[in-house]
Amino acid sequence: MAKVIVVTSGKGGVGKTTTSASFATGLAMKGNKTVVIDFDVGLRNLDLIMGCERRVVYDFVNVLNNEATLKQALIKDKHTENLFVLPASQTRDKEALTEEGVERILNELKEDFDYIVCDSPAGIEKGALMALYFADEAIIVTNPEVSSVRDSDRILGILSAKSKRAIDGVEPIKEHLVITRYSPKRVEMGEMLSIDDIKDLLSIPLIGVVPESDSVLSASNSGVPVIHDIDSDSGQAYADVVDRFMGAKLPLRFLNVEKKGLLSRIFGS
Amino acid sequence: MQTDVELAVDLKGTVFTLPVLQIHSSSIEAIELELTERLAAALTFFQHAPVVIDLEKLAGRALDFGELLKLLARQDLVSVGVKNGSAQQNALAISAGLAVLKGGTLQDILPETTDGSKGDPGSEKATSLAKSGSTETMPETCVAAPTKVVTQPVRSGQQIYARGGDLIVLAAVNPGAEIVADGNIHVYAPMKGRALAGVLGNAHARIFCHAMQAELIAIAGNFRVFEDQLPANIRGKTVQAYLDGEQLLVEAI
Repeated sequence: MAKVIVVTSGKGGVGKTTTSASFATGLAMKGNKTVVIDFDVGLRNLDLIMGCERRVVYDFVNVLNNEATLKQALIKDKHTENLFVLPASQTRDKEALTEEGVERILNELKEDFDYIVCDSPAGIEKGALMALYFADEAIIVTNPEVSSVRDSDRILGILSAKSKRAIDGVEPIKEHLVITRYSPKRVEMGEMLSIDDIKDLLSIPLIGVVPESDSVLSASNSGVPVIHDIDSDSGQAYADVVDRFMGAKLPLRFLNVEKKGLLSRIFGS
Repeated sequence: MQTDVELAVDLKGTVFTLPVLQIHSSSIEAIELELTERLAAALTFFQHAPVVIDLEKLAGRALDFGELLKLLARQDLVSVGVKNGSAQQNALAISAGLAVLKGGTLQDILPETTDGSKGDPGSEKATSLAKSGSTETMPETCVAAPTKVVTQPVRSGQQIYARGGDLIVLAAVNPGAEIVADGNIHVYAPMKGRALAGVLGNAHARIFCHAMQAELIAIAGNFRVFEDQLPANIRGKTVQAYLDGEQLLVEAI
């Protein structure tokens, strides 16, 4: 049975799209047929981060309005087998998303795919609500700062009250926490919330901590999800996120300030 | 449905706890002025709430029911009926489209004895109990409203309201969350949000917090905001909050 996973946060700019891109790529690299949908209608970004912006012909809203078929709109990722992107429309707004339409598309995708990753827009309005409404599992992306954690708390409340699973009274959405833009140095200096503070407040299982890193920025700019950059700590952290999501028990990495070793002192890093 | 023939309606008895609006004055303006103020303090809890109009304090003085109903409708209240009215008031209420309610206190709901006087709950317990067994709608819940128990974290932006009774929360109440009760509030986990007890005006309501870090505590409309850091004597401590006259006290226990 296909699983619908929403990547959400409440707050903008915390790394939802970066996480969606790397997470979906990681699932596909493990042999799962995966599609990632951009719900940020009107402000599409996912296609840029996935490096397929020039191949967008039809989009999510075209399929919703029966102006194109799913087959026409799905873009096959050029780096990874089993991975497809359903891009958002640049020219419409979120009112184009209807419950019936989204449900129809998800049901159609469920027949073909193992995982459907929904990249939610920021906020708690229509786009975000539609992205989470049909979810079976949720990845909550949070930064180690008060407002981001507060907004994630708010989104968790919405998941438990306004999602289809909550309304139908069936088993609730399974929630996972991913902390991004984590800077061990700044936590040590007391400028950022610690992992324990965040876990205490949100009280959902943590499946990954992605360190703040230049490799994320350069990956986004070059349109290759950072999980492909296996030499970077962020890329490895996302690989861990996927493994933990699939049930592996791995210790958290990249939590402490790295003491520069002799080799890296000589060769630089 | 087990029945062969589908019934269009079914008449059943059930018990509700309803807010009661006690009328002290026959001046519609005075009522409106005060009601507006009271409802503003109670935020949105009374939006579209059904209310019973208690005429006891009016002691038979005339009241324009038509105007009163319009006023309550303006305040987004749904008038259900009147209680404790004189025979004349009851007749006027009925013609204004209201129900006449009996009951509300234990004395009222006891069945009348053969000579027409009300039964005594103490001495005639046996007879009233025997009789209550035969009446289907005998409300046991009138005496104590059900307690609402919450076991999941109350998150930012969520509001939990225990209508008519107490609220017990067994998980964290996060910043930006609001828990509200007509009765008492107990929180057996970190309390970082807002807690409002006795919102219908019950000044005897209390709030108990296992680990006090609340943003705001209120009882019967009297509130304290905790900006920045809480005082050291209560911060993170097990505390209770109660009203001493108009003053809201928060003390470690």
